[in-house]
Amino acid sequence: MSTTTTPNPSGADAPGRSRGKAPAGERVADWADGRLGIYSLAKANMRKIFPDHWSFMLGEICLYSFLIIILTGVYLTLFFHPSMNEIEYHGSYVPLQGQLMSEAFASTLDISFDVRGGLLIRQIHHWAAVIFLAGMFVHMMRVFFTGAFRKPREVNWLFGFLLLVLGMFTGFTGYSLPDDLLSGTGVRFTQGAILSMPIVGTYISMFLFGGEFPGGDFVARFYSIHILLLPGIMLGLVVAHLILVFYHKHTQFAGPGKTNNNVVGMPLLPVYMAKAGGFFFLVFGFITMIAAIASINPIWVLGPYRPDLVSTGAQPDWYMGFAEGLVRAMPGWEINFWGHTLALGVLIPLVIFGVFLAIIALYPFVESWITGDKREHHILDRPRNAPTRTAFGVAWVTAYMIMLIGGGNDIVATHFHLSINAVTWFVRIGFFVGPVIAFIVTKRICLGLQRRDRDKVLHGRESGIIKRLPHGEFVEVHEPLSQEAMYTLTAHEQYKPAEIGPTVDENGVERKVKGPQKLRAKLSKAYYGEENQIPKPTAEEYKEITSGHGHH
Amino acid sequence: MKKLSARRRHPLAAVVVLLLALAATGGLYTAFAPADKAQADTTAQSLAIDEGKKLYAVGCSTCHGTGGQGTSDGPSLAGVGAAAVDFQVGTGRMPAQQPGAQVPDKKNIYSQAEIDQLAAFVASLGAGPAVPTKEQYDPADADIAEGGELFRTNCAQCHNFTGKGGALTRGKYAPSLEDVDPKYIYEAMLHGPQNMPSFPDTTLTEKNKKDIIAYLDEVNSDDSESPGGLELGGLGPVSEGLFGWIFGLGGLIAVAVWVAARTAKAKKS
Repeated sequence: MSTTTTPNPSGADAPGRSRGKAPAGERVADWADGRLGIYSLAKANMRKIFPDHWSFMLGEICLYSFLIIILTGVYLTLFFHPSMNEIEYHGSYVPLQGQLMSEAFASTLDISFDVRGGLLIRQIHHWAAVIFLAGMFVHMMRVFFTGAFRKPREVNWLFGFLLLVLGMFTGFTGYSLPDDLLSGTGVRFTQGAILSMPIVGTYISMFLFGGEFPGGDFVARFYSIHILLLPGIMLGLVVAHLILVFYHKHTQFAGPGKTNNNVVGMPLLPVYMAKAGGFFFLVFGFITMIAAIASINPIWVLGPYRPDLVSTGAQPDWYMGFAEGLVRAMPGWEINFWGHTLALGVLIPLVIFGVFLAIIALYPFVESWITGDKREHHILDRPRNAPTRTAFGVAWVTAYMIMLIGGGNDIVATHFHLSINAVTWFVRIGFFVGPVIAFIVTKRICLGLQRRDRDKVLHGRESGIIKRLPHGEFVEVHEPLSQEAMYTLTAHEQYKPAEIGPTVDENGVERKVKGPQKLRAKLSKAYYGEENQIPKPTAEEYKEITSGHGHH
Repeated sequence: MKKLSARRRHPLAAVVVLLLALAATGGLYTAFAPADKAQADTTAQSLAIDEGKKLYAVGCSTCHGTGGQGTSDGPSLAGVGAAAVDFQVGTGRMPAQQPGAQVPDKKNIYSQAEIDQLAAFVASLGAGPAVPTKEQYDPADADIAEGGELFRTNCAQCHNFTGKGGALTRGKYAPSLEDVDPKYIYEAMLHGPQNMPSFPDTTLTEKNKKDIIAYLDEVNSDDSESPGGLELGGLGPVSEGLFGWIFGLGGLIAVAVWVAARTAKAKKS
């Protein structure tokens, strides 16, 4: 049942059955097939093979938390009033009684305190959103570090990236809906970022808020963006993402019997139907448990939004923390000319935010240009076997994480008894220095691991047994690896650095080498040059060592 | 008068005049000088000031100067009032352990009687806010909702929505207000300790202060409820994000590893 996909001829061996009626299940299937043509679809996909690895389930976590968000979100829409009309609160939360607030805020309080199950559903919705975004981030990193974004999956990588970005903005608009003091501050922050855009900023802001901030419109507008526009696009992208996963088939790690042309694993039906279906309930149950244990966004203590109020510790949810960090770390520069102000203190972070995300989105295309490799890849890389890519990814994550620290600089300062200014300076310097250090260190670690793999293949595993020979010499016994293990360790492909070729042609005439070509050769050397990967052991080397002439 | 006139050239006349003048000056002084000086020696207040002065000389004079005039290490205490002493010493902030961006609270080593003596002495240096009475700061039957709004308007900028504390520049900070004695909250508003601005009764009335104390008592004390479950420090999205990553996603990955490890057995054929 492992690799083969021979259809099971079920029902063929039932001679005892009467010739009269077929079983009910068969009749239902027949009815449906006659109208929907599901037979061929099911036949093609029921035995679809998926490989087994825990990291391939990260995407499932995202998918399920997305479904949970939709389900709980529907429930919340039944009770939420997306209106900014000011009313006096007379609900069951005492510390806000008699306060003026928007209907949006009051209805969120009602959901939390007066709607049956409302608070739990609200917390499931919010926790699932936090976990959804975190899951997408980790899923993306898994795909990045194993090289799963290579041909033919670049488009699916972009779909996934779009889902991450749209997820961020869906989260942000949802977080803004209750119109509480914290989210209102976040909306104001966003409006500031919009205003910092030269020329178009004020127009976009006026358009989005229907006039001056905050106006009376943004909750209703964010509401339709949050529950209709963005989730609609995301749902479409999720379906496209999954269709492409089916179409491309899943990638797998190298191993004996696994090639670029097959998929080794278990069939969709029954194994993955059961496993994935069960996993959905595990994810739902786990998130519900988290939501039942820990409070999230307790808007009742935050209070209703008023543009003249602000609290310390005003941060966005974690996925916007990178943008928050950029703005907090950036010095408040601005240029004034002809009566206009260019708020560089916000504009530059806004640009870096976009560029920084675009870098990771476009990376697959950059890498395929450097390698010049246009072949399909279905076997995953171990991160150590692509040291430069891995180091680049770690550098990117490092910069991201440092900016997350920057976004929470006040919390870091109070909880580690540091000066907030010192934290900010650490972030400013760390944003540039941290990735460089991370790059160098990661690359050294990868190369070290490659060397260890090479040693393991050539000399076997260190058994820890020391043997004393009759003449007094001590030797350590190495256990040779199994054939399978050796195959797995040497299955990866090693590129040769791209050459520019001779700079003069056969007639001695100088050939013109274009700039991009030179750059490509240089980058290619940085990726695959002598110092940047450890040559994997060859069969000859192995034979020479194991023939007894070599010594350990 | 003849006698007197006849003796005005007497060698001792000047001495007599001098004595008379001295007696008159002395008499006038006793008549017009502040009366309490003479009576003070016997009242409890002056005893407290005397005791306070001794405690002050040991615990405070190093930085604030022997007469409370202040030095380069500590500000003058003239006019800070008894409320400031009661707050600073009562919460253990003073005497300070070491100079720094801000003096943190620590275990208080003075008895309330000693603090009162110190307060009496410092209050004698110049008029300032007095220690509030229980009726002034008792939060019973104050308006919690009003207090919440006042808190968000005046306090949350530094102390966070529910008074969990927050960072100020260069290592200074607004401390957490969790379970702080209402008296100290009242005193802090009254005199504005360290980096905090003061909110005298002209800015926040006595009732306003009570409302704020009542709000804090409701949302940030040991018996405050957190309807949503664990509060996660009440710090907002930073701690929520951390919790979501570590326990939320971390737990789900652990579940994924568990599911992936339980795979269907391949049929041996």
